[in-house]
Amino acid sequence: MAISAKNDPALNDDAEGMSYLNRLPRRLVTVYLPLAVFVFVLIFPFYWMAITAVKPNHQLTNYDQYSPFWVVEPTLDHIKYLLFETSYPGWLWNTMLVAFGSTVLSLAASVFAAYAIERVRFTGSRPAGLMIFLAYLVPPSILFIPLAVIVFQFGIYDTKLALIFTYPTFLIPFCTWLLMGYFRSIPFELEESALVDGATRWQILIKVILPLAVPGLISAGIFAFTLSWNEFIYALTFIQSSENKTIPVGVLTELVRGDVFEWGALMAGALFGSLPVVILYSFFVDSYVSSMTGAVKE
Amino acid sequence: MSSYTSQKPRSRVADMFQSKNAMGLMFMLPAAVFLICFLTYPLGLGVWLGFTDAKIGRDGVFIGLENYRYLWDDPVFWTSVFNTVVYTFVASVLKFVLGLWLAMILNENLPFKSFFRALVLLPWVVPTVLSALAFWWIFDAQFSIISWSLMQIGWIDGPINFLGDPTNARISVIAANVWRGIPFVAISLLAGLQTIPPSLQEAASLDGATSWQRFRLVTLPLLSPIIAVVMTFSVLFTFTDFQLIYVLTKGGPVNATHLMATLSFQRGIPGGQLGEGAAIAVAMIPFLLAAILFSFFGLQRRKWQQGGQD
Repeated sequence: MAISAKNDPALNDDAEGMSYLNRLPRRLVTVYLPLAVFVFVLIFPFYWMAITAVKPNHQLTNYDQYSPFWVVEPTLDHIKYLLFETSYPGWLWNTMLVAFGSTVLSLAASVFAAYAIERVRFTGSRPAGLMIFLAYLVPPSILFIPLAVIVFQFGIYDTKLALIFTYPTFLIPFCTWLLMGYFRSIPFELEESALVDGATRWQILIKVILPLAVPGLISAGIFAFTLSWNEFIYALTFIQSSENKTIPVGVLTELVRGDVFEWGALMAGALFGSLPVVILYSFFVDSYVSSMTGAVKE
Repeated sequence: MSSYTSQKPRSRVADMFQSKNAMGLMFMLPAAVFLICFLTYPLGLGVWLGFTDAKIGRDGVFIGLENYRYLWDDPVFWTSVFNTVVYTFVASVLKFVLGLWLAMILNENLPFKSFFRALVLLPWVVPTVLSALAFWWIFDAQFSIISWSLMQIGWIDGPINFLGDPTNARISVIAANVWRGIPFVAISLLAGLQTIPPSLQEAASLDGATSWQRFRLVTLPLLSPIIAVVMTFSVLFTFTDFQLIYVLTKGGPVNATHLMATLSFQRGIPGGQLGEGAAIAVAMIPFLLAAILFSFFGLQRRKWQQGGQD
């Protein structure tokens, strides 16, 4: 390695390319140190969340006698309180139901739309693709007031259905856009030979395109699921009763009360609300990253 | 040729086009119905509501520009506009600089590279409201861990009032927003960096370019198309941010951190003034368009990058 160079590093350097720039002391300052700082700052809030969730109340604010960064005698009291004395399990169930329902609904609609735009090439398929992209740019924070009125008119105010029907407004454009990219990468020849063999468009979609687009469907599904899991403003606006709330809304509106904050329970709630998406994410990191960057790269 | 041969293919072609359109329409139908019902229609309804005095539980009547005239004279509205612009600008610049830096670090030959990439993306994956709660606790007026640490080092004498003082509150919410936004920018730019062939860097360094020159004259121009898109999205997300402010300050202290989105919510839903809330939301649209156009066209690929004059 170049690190062991004795007198003139340039002479002894038999490494390739620009690795002469990559000596350890230099890399320590330019790469590892900043990376360590970044990772520390980005991860610390999660550590803080976790450590607070298991800290007994008397240690929580007593920084003089107990080091705040560590916990002696961790307790499960906050978690027990959360699971058995609040509506938290119900919110967890609601969030899952809503995220699952809206993801399935959006994926189904998006597969057809993306296939039509990308492969059927009907008159106006290009404007339709553009419209989908523009729809992706419409932010929920300018839609929630009129949507609240509409949800009320449809009689689904304060039901999970309100969320399942409104989340696709941002999921469908996203999924369609992503799937269009996937469909584009599937060679035309496959469809053509299926057409020659007498397959209908429907059969081609079901038997040729969809099996090939499974990675894309997984990516879109994972991302859509996390997006709906994380959604807040619609859930805050359209849901009133405690038993229909999702986790982000429930934790914020029901666990935060008065001036005495139950930081332990609050952090436990935040931790458990994050865990499902984090677990899902850790299994499908590559799908997640590819859908995130795929949507941006276009 | 005879009419027989020329007619038959044409009719078949016409037939195919028809069925193609019919099929395309059919396949588009589910998505279209959803988007028209829950996106296009509300968008129009929102604009209409902005011209009415609708309240919760009562249909409004058309009052023209009354809402906008009221907002024009409302100092709180202008504070929120100012806050939104500052928030978006400062947070986006910081996210861009730090995100690009992180992307370049992750683009080095690191051990456990994919592990670090996965770790770094966590703030983006976790629900904003829940991570904002953690920040609320970190920014606590009495028991903030930051204050405690700084006091231990001896840099400050008493705890910092993170969210109670207007200036501090602005800095704090921007910090939290940057924290959440860096991963998105970094990972997206990393994907862009990985498409730049290393041979270009090597060629530049053989020509005697310093590392700063290599960054400015090779990396940055090649990255600029993806920077444009990433920053457009980043600006869009930041400008319309709601969750973070709602959790951390709810717009306070004294409206110092109210963004247009939070003000629109406060007036529209708890305040019940649907018309006024909608008007604030509509007022966001021109700013939004301007921000998008600026970051998109301002950062677009330039002619000189392809060898022409700018």
